[in-house]
Amino acid sequence: MRFGEYGGQYVPEVLKPPLKELERAYKEYKDDPEFREELDYYLKNYAGRETPLYFAKNLTEKIGGAKIYLKREDLLLGGAHKINNSIGQALLAKKMGKTRLIAETGAGEHGLSTAMAGALFKMKTRIYMGTVDMERQKLNVYKMKLHGAEVYPVDTGSKTLKDAINEALRDWVETFEYTHYLIGSVVGPHPYPTMVRDFQSVIGREAKKQILEIEGRLPDCIVACVGGGSNAIGIFHEFVNYKEVRLIGVEAAGEGLETERHAATLLKGRKGVLHGMLSYFLQDEDGQIKTTHSISAGLDYPGVGPEHAYLKDIGRVEYVGVTDEEALNAFLELSRTEGIIPALESSHALAYGMKIGKEMDKDEIVIVNLSGRGDKDLYTVMSHLEVK
Amino acid sequence: MEKKLVSFIVAGDPNPGATLRFMRALTKYSDIIELGIPFSDPMADGETIQRANIRALKGGMKVSKVFDIIREFRAYSNTPVVVMTYYNPVYNMGVENFVRKLKEAGGDGLIVVDLPVEEAEDYLSICRSYNIGTVFLAAPNTPEDRLREIDRACSLFLYLVSLYGTTGVRDDISNLALNFLKRAKGICKNPIYVGFGVWKREHARKLIEGGADGVVVGSAYVKIIERYGDSEETLKKLEEKSKELKEGILEGCKK
Repeated sequence: MRFGEYGGQYVPEVLKPPLKELERAYKEYKDDPEFREELDYYLKNYAGRETPLYFAKNLTEKIGGAKIYLKREDLLLGGAHKINNSIGQALLAKKMGKTRLIAETGAGEHGLSTAMAGALFKMKTRIYMGTVDMERQKLNVYKMKLHGAEVYPVDTGSKTLKDAINEALRDWVETFEYTHYLIGSVVGPHPYPTMVRDFQSVIGREAKKQILEIEGRLPDCIVACVGGGSNAIGIFHEFVNYKEVRLIGVEAAGEGLETERHAATLLKGRKGVLHGMLSYFLQDEDGQIKTTHSISAGLDYPGVGPEHAYLKDIGRVEYVGVTDEEALNAFLELSRTEGIIPALESSHALAYGMKIGKEMDKDEIVIVNLSGRGDKDLYTVMSHLEVK
Repeated sequence: MEKKLVSFIVAGDPNPGATLRFMRALTKYSDIIELGIPFSDPMADGETIQRANIRALKGGMKVSKVFDIIREFRAYSNTPVVVMTYYNPVYNMGVENFVRKLKEAGGDGLIVVDLPVEEAEDYLSICRSYNIGTVFLAAPNTPEDRLREIDRACSLFLYLVSLYGTTGVRDDISNLALNFLKRAKGICKNPIYVGFGVWKREHARKLIEGGADGVVVGSAYVKIIERYGDSEETLKKLEEKSKELKEGILEGCKK
């Protein structure tokens, strides 16, 4: 139930029974052959797994260091890794007899994948989204509505992901009898961090199999971006026990770690309790949660999954920061050299992968988790490039 | 046993100075003052109290000032003060440090809305050693064995949540609440106070008739503060509201 001291179930009393119900259902179904088969069927035929592990030859040549491989989660339906978890949880919710899904979303990717799962499994769906994020992710808002989901604007607090989670929790407290809260990252009260990790760990399982097929050995380094941390845990999990593989999580350093405008929770935050979990949070001296900043809505969160807090403390994963500007440059670089437009979230991982790859030998291997595609970010990128 | 009125306001709403005046206005008819520590992310609260949290934080409220307010209040009144908070401000200060400061200021009890009994082992022993009363919440979906466990963890009263949802005024007291109250009365040893959605005379009467040992009222007061701000009018209306609720309780006792 905990990762070291992190995790737990810090929730109002009314949510304890529904969490127990969820825990029980998840335990019952996670190794159930029929459930696994059904999940695999949808992941393959609906979402488009497995995703390629692509050798980015042009980028590798340009950098002149380690071989850069991209795990192409951007090619999934909806354009991000989020669908792995949304299908898994929606299927579970269906088994539990729930008829309605709610979800929070930052960049809109998790909202979108939940809206798709809602359509697929014929469930009523409501997505909570901060008004700041609705503005910078208009396309995804429109897509969610196309799939029949209701997008509920959240105008409280920082009007981003953390506030969307607050609002979704308030909904769930009222509606848990028939509603499943489909949390989109490895955050929240137990069992969410474990369950979401399990649904996302398909990324790392595939990547390991693929790199062994292509290169005949494990990679030297894996890089992934960390907001809540689901794509990172998803690719790291399979490799955690292989100590020779360096694992690097990249947080959003926004306008710089020395400023107040970033979302680098593990680098600049400290222990606290929010959204049902004991983890790291960006907070002031009084324990009030801070508002964050990142150019990418998906990383704009003042907390982080409890397993990441644990992996940081035991030193298994290194956590670093990449600024808005570095991420934008990586976004442009991949678009030009490979003809692939990465999500701004994934661009953070890419920027660090390029940086570290440059200093490595040519026979070394770096895998960057390309967790999503960047179509949704074009408005944001265009507005930044106009300024320059 | 005398039936109690617990009156809740958010400390520092709309400014730290106003809270002491509001508390004094409420004491005439209230048996316990419940003082909320404002938090950036009050996820168990409905819109009314959320806005109060925002006003208080904007008004410069700090956790340390809550203790100052209680200390000053003690110069006027012996009415028990229970602090309601989310866990992070307590965790951030260190549980023992927080509890000690609360005790030193003259506080009587503590409610941590997102700290369920499983996570509360250390917390409970600290509260016990400083003689700070504990209050835990139970909800209509709380199963019987859990209800017993929660009851054991409470030393002041058990806070029974009347509905599935967040704080805020509701039209009526539901059968869900009354049935739950009946069930809890048969199990719990602590006095049972009912809150969430309770805001008028009729509600108080019904709950007391249904067996409650007290009622907790919050949003009704916070709405007054929201409307009339830091003014004489607010003081008058807070007193009137608490009088109305106390009368409802007394009517409920007659039956």
